[in-house]
Amino acid sequence: MKPPAFTYHRPASVADALAVLAETGPDGKVLAGGQSLVPVLNMRLAAPGHLVDINRLGELAHVTVDAGVVRVGALARHAAVERDAAAFAALPLLRQATGHVAHPAIRNRGTTVGSLVHADPAAELPAVLSLLSGSVTLASASGRRTVPAGEFFVGPLESALRPGELAVEALFPVPPKGSGTAWLEVSRRRGDFAVCGVGVLVTLSADRRVAAARAAYVSVGPTPLTVDLAEAVAGLPADTADWAAAGALAAARVRPEDDIHATAAYRRHLVAVLTARAGKAAVANA
Amino acid sequence: MHEVSVTVNGVLRSATVPARRLLSDFLRHDLGCTGTHVGCEHGVCGACTVLLDGEPVRSCLLFAVSVDGAQLTTVEGCRAPDGGLGPVQRAFHECHGLQCGYCTPGFITTVTAYLRDHPDPTEEQAREAIGGNLCRCTGYQNIVASVLRAAAIQRGEA
Amino acid sequence: MTTRMFGEPIQRREDPRLVSGDGRYLDDLGQDALAAAFVRSPYAHARVTDVDVTDALDVDGLVAVYTYEDLDGRVAEPLPLLIPHPSLHAPRTGYPLANGIVRHVGEPVAMVVAVDRYVAEDVASLIRVTYEQLPVVVGIAAALRADAAVHEDVADNVAAHLVQEVGDARAAIDAAPHRLHLDLDIERSASTPLEGKGVYARWDPADRSLRVYSSTQTSTSVRFAVAAKLGIPVDRVEVVTPDVGGGFGVKIVHPWPEEVLVPWAAIRLGRPVKWTEDRREHFISSAHERAQTHAVDVGFDDDGRLHGLSVTFAHDNGAYTPYGIIAPIITSTQLLGPYKPGAYRVEFRSVYTNTVQVTPYRGAGRPQGVFVMERTMDAIARYLDLDRTVVRERNFIQPDEMPYDQGMIFQDGRPLIYDSGDYPAALDKLKKLIGWDDFAAYRDQARAEGRRVGIGIGCYVEGTGVGPYEGAHVRVETDGTVVVATGLTTQGQGHETVFAQVAAAVLGVPVEAVTVVTGDTRRFRYAVGTFASRAAVLSGNAVALAARKVRAKALRIAGEALEVDPRDLEVTDGVVHVRGTPQAQIALKTVAVLANPLRYAFDAEAARATQFAVGGSLDKPPVADDDEPGLEATDYYSPLRSTFADGMHAAIVETDPETAEITVLRYAVVHDCGRLINPRIVDGQIHGGVAQGVGGALYERLVYDDAGQLLNASFMDFLMPYASEVPVVEIDHLETPSPLNPLGVKGAGEAGVIPGAAVLASAIEDAEGIPITRMPISPSELWEARREGRR
Repeated sequence: MKPPAFTYHRPASVADALAVLAETGPDGKVLAGGQSLVPVLNMRLAAPGHLVDINRLGELAHVTVDAGVVRVGALARHAAVERDAAAFAALPLLRQATGHVAHPAIRNRGTTVGSLVHADPAAELPAVLSLLSGSVTLASASGRRTVPAGEFFVGPLESALRPGELAVEALFPVPPKGSGTAWLEVSRRRGDFAVCGVGVLVTLSADRRVAAARAAYVSVGPTPLTVDLAEAVAGLPADTADWAAAGALAAARVRPEDDIHATAAYRRHLVAVLTARAGKAAVANA
Repeated sequence: MHEVSVTVNGVLRSATVPARRLLSDFLRHDLGCTGTHVGCEHGVCGACTVLLDGEPVRSCLLFAVSVDGAQLTTVEGCRAPDGGLGPVQRAFHECHGLQCGYCTPGFITTVTAYLRDHPDPTEEQAREAIGGNLCRCTGYQNIVASVLRAAAIQRGEA
Repeated sequence: MTTRMFGEPIQRREDPRLVSGDGRYLDDLGQDALAAAFVRSPYAHARVTDVDVTDALDVDGLVAVYTYEDLDGRVAEPLPLLIPHPSLHAPRTGYPLANGIVRHVGEPVAMVVAVDRYVAEDVASLIRVTYEQLPVVVGIAAALRADAAVHEDVADNVAAHLVQEVGDARAAIDAAPHRLHLDLDIERSASTPLEGKGVYARWDPADRSLRVYSSTQTSTSVRFAVAAKLGIPVDRVEVVTPDVGGGFGVKIVHPWPEEVLVPWAAIRLGRPVKWTEDRREHFISSAHERAQTHAVDVGFDDDGRLHGLSVTFAHDNGAYTPYGIIAPIITSTQLLGPYKPGAYRVEFRSVYTNTVQVTPYRGAGRPQGVFVMERTMDAIARYLDLDRTVVRERNFIQPDEMPYDQGMIFQDGRPLIYDSGDYPAALDKLKKLIGWDDFAAYRDQARAEGRRVGIGIGCYVEGTGVGPYEGAHVRVETDGTVVVATGLTTQGQGHETVFAQVAAAVLGVPVEAVTVVTGDTRRFRYAVGTFASRAAVLSGNAVALAARKVRAKALRIAGEALEVDPRDLEVTDGVVHVRGTPQAQIALKTVAVLANPLRYAFDAEAARATQFAVGGSLDKPPVADDDEPGLEATDYYSPLRSTFADGMHAAIVETDPETAEITVLRYAVVHDCGRLINPRIVDGQIHGGVAQGVGGALYERLVYDDAGQLLNASFMDFLMPYASEVPVVEIDHLETPSPLNPLGVKGAGEAGVIPGAAVLASAIEDAEGIPITRMPISPSELWEARREGRR
């Protein structure tokens, strides 16, 4: 299990990185944390000709909160996002979900943006970005574009990132005042990819009724799946809302499959159970 | 080929290696620090855990060239200043926190970093601290005890 | 014998180097060696029609590529059948490199040697093998259906068929007041040590000698096997086992293809060669165990006493049978546990499938047998509405019935006679430890909180310490240190400590004075290996016997020197002294000097031993006719039969009423392995065994698809438990000495893992109220079982 040979590039600036990526095209791959990429290389499931190491681009390591958005740079490690007090204050969900990403040693190196680009439907961060209707900023030698989450996750392990592009930043919008979030998942072992995971975002009105409720799911579809739960709970008093109905609603929408760890039916059942639990927890956090 | 220089346990070390050389192999085979072990080469078992600028990382998921210039601590660097067993090493010995010893270096480095930031963990926290490292021999019970014992040693409770 | 060291929970002697990074494991050696990698079959069953190395030959750093066509002499023959058995009528073993047909994904097809492993893998990826796929057999049902054959000449896929019967079980069952039938399955798992296998070989052309390092559980046998395969005099081959990162059974098999090919290539190339197995290779090309399906018929009376038991089962042995049928034989015999079964009949078939071969994994057939018997006990209790412990107790063999002959033949070919044990006392301890009688109240309280909990129990008897023998050499050096060598190997069991304790106790020296060497054929040539919980029994007693000889010699020489009767002497802290007259004494190291008369004085100690320095009679030669120089001795221990350890486990689990997640709240163990040499180490063995038992019950399963692809050949998907999944283990010991050996010990290595599936199935069934008949069980499967009302 040794990686195949590649040409290594260590650009000193984002501009340099984009230049190299433009040159290498589809044969170029960005190396950030490498916690998803290197296992794939070690198993020789991929053999990119060029790796563009962005680990020296300190300008991309930021985690900032401004204008109702948490901005996470391409080099911000999961651990940095998880620890960041301002990000937590603005958007507790980031810490709630990131704490479920593998184990601390992986989070010390792996990056939030890298996880988004990897677009694993079993991963937490793509679901978080989807739940919050966030976006990813992609840069290339020819310019920048910002892709909303709904368009960014194209399929299993497939994002909208094009050859020559570098994902420079993820934008996680801070939900309106009166919102609460919760993240729950069932995994086989602690730290494993979830058999089913759910993030719920509720927004309450001044009289503590449910104004809006949304959920996002991992491991129950080819991409992170979001479900609007409003149909089941909108307008109801938050503390007595029928979250089981919300769970049933979501269970009907997801598209789980069987694998060696769980049946599709069980995953669908978990969607119902975890949605109900997370809904209540999100209300409690609002 | 790339010349890679890193400070390993306080000593500057260099070797010229291909870009694809994993940090685990670089430490073991290019620098001869064989205390760091390789158990899976896909980042799950934790045997290869080293401290990169103080923080635990999987050395099998890093390219040596990518960490050129870094400060690394391996199990060999977790000794006491006098060359004897360091507090975490001593605790594992006292509590029978190892059997075959193959996973042990990854635990020792992980626990060393953890106790630096959390000097007085509860038993539950101690168990969580080692939650990302696989051991096939001990059932973890004595490793949890070792974490608590190491914390006590570091607090000066002989 | 002084008992100061024996039985003490002393800290391990091997730890300081292992916690410091100073251990030396296989891949730490041979930094100058060439690296080997293998092209392995991606198909489960196929004909190899062409191996094209054209593209590969251009790679910079390539040294050699070998296919089957390159093999010569006995290297080209099938690997040995290690343990033949009359019932194994169609044994088959693989070749070091596939000879025309591959029978499982991972079977080696070509060997690459290159300057390093990276380059070797590059080359391997460029070798083009053409395969013609053949029909694939996966799973016991498919094997028995025999629509396709794994081996062309074994059309029914049955490698072995064995029946043992004590009394007329069918008649006894038919005549019994009550009868039950159960179908009980266990699925595939694997040893999965954190260090994979590995081999490193150096050939010295001038000396015409071969040194092989292997991460093996049996260095002596690897030595004989390599010598035989390569046609080298045994005398020119040494096998050294360095520190080994766990074994759990998989490393007892030998010679692995790589153990033949790496030395073979090292000789051909005249350069050192090393192969370090990676994790994927370990999953797809080493060995698995456990998959069996069982059908049970049992007849019993109103009290739950067994009248007759009939078990028919099938064992999935994978593609080859290098280790014979040890695992199913153990299932068939050890299934009986601490019970008197009435009449007993057992029949099994061992079947071929296109999967990795099956060889013993810690427990070796016992977890399946115990699962079958304990599920049966629970079913009887449920049927009769009796407490589960009551049914067990009524069927126990009683202490006054020991030794107890089960009337069968055990895995060592010797009678299945239990040497000692006190099962009622063990059960009593376990019930107290777990609070069996208080559980009903706890369940009620939990239920009131909306929680679902259950309690389970599992009892087992474990044949340990199987022969044929182990030996030891004990020597006192002139500096007072004691060197112990035994031939079996060590993979973390703490042999350096426990054998030192045994030697120290016998010799009367501090344990710090003793060093222990294991698994090095340069130091001890005759041995069997480390498996079947046998090291403490076999080598422990051999060390004791050898040390007794050394002690006797030391007392004789000291007696002459002090002019006293040796029977008046004792040894304390390395000093021989007259009992009651402490001033009359001589240090053991001085006795060592006296034991070896020298001509040349190379140091001060030696000067004291030269011909001119030693006193003694001029009428006798310096070394008497019946004596040998040196304060040392070798002895062997060969047991009449196996010892039989026993234990009982209980667990309390909680199952989530909604998500079906399973949490082990408590896990209690009562364990009897006879006299404990080092309780700390025995407890550690139990902790680790229980973790593997919990893993095997709730997490670990190797899953093949119908095409014979292993779907979870990684630590991502083969779910070995982390600390978060393993419960705290509460332990109580009973020490019923074995009457069979001088130390009174039984083995402890496998104990913890054996009843895991049985105990947790029992507890989950208790919590859920639905029959649990297949293990392991995941939350998904439990949830599905709830829907169906059974699993």
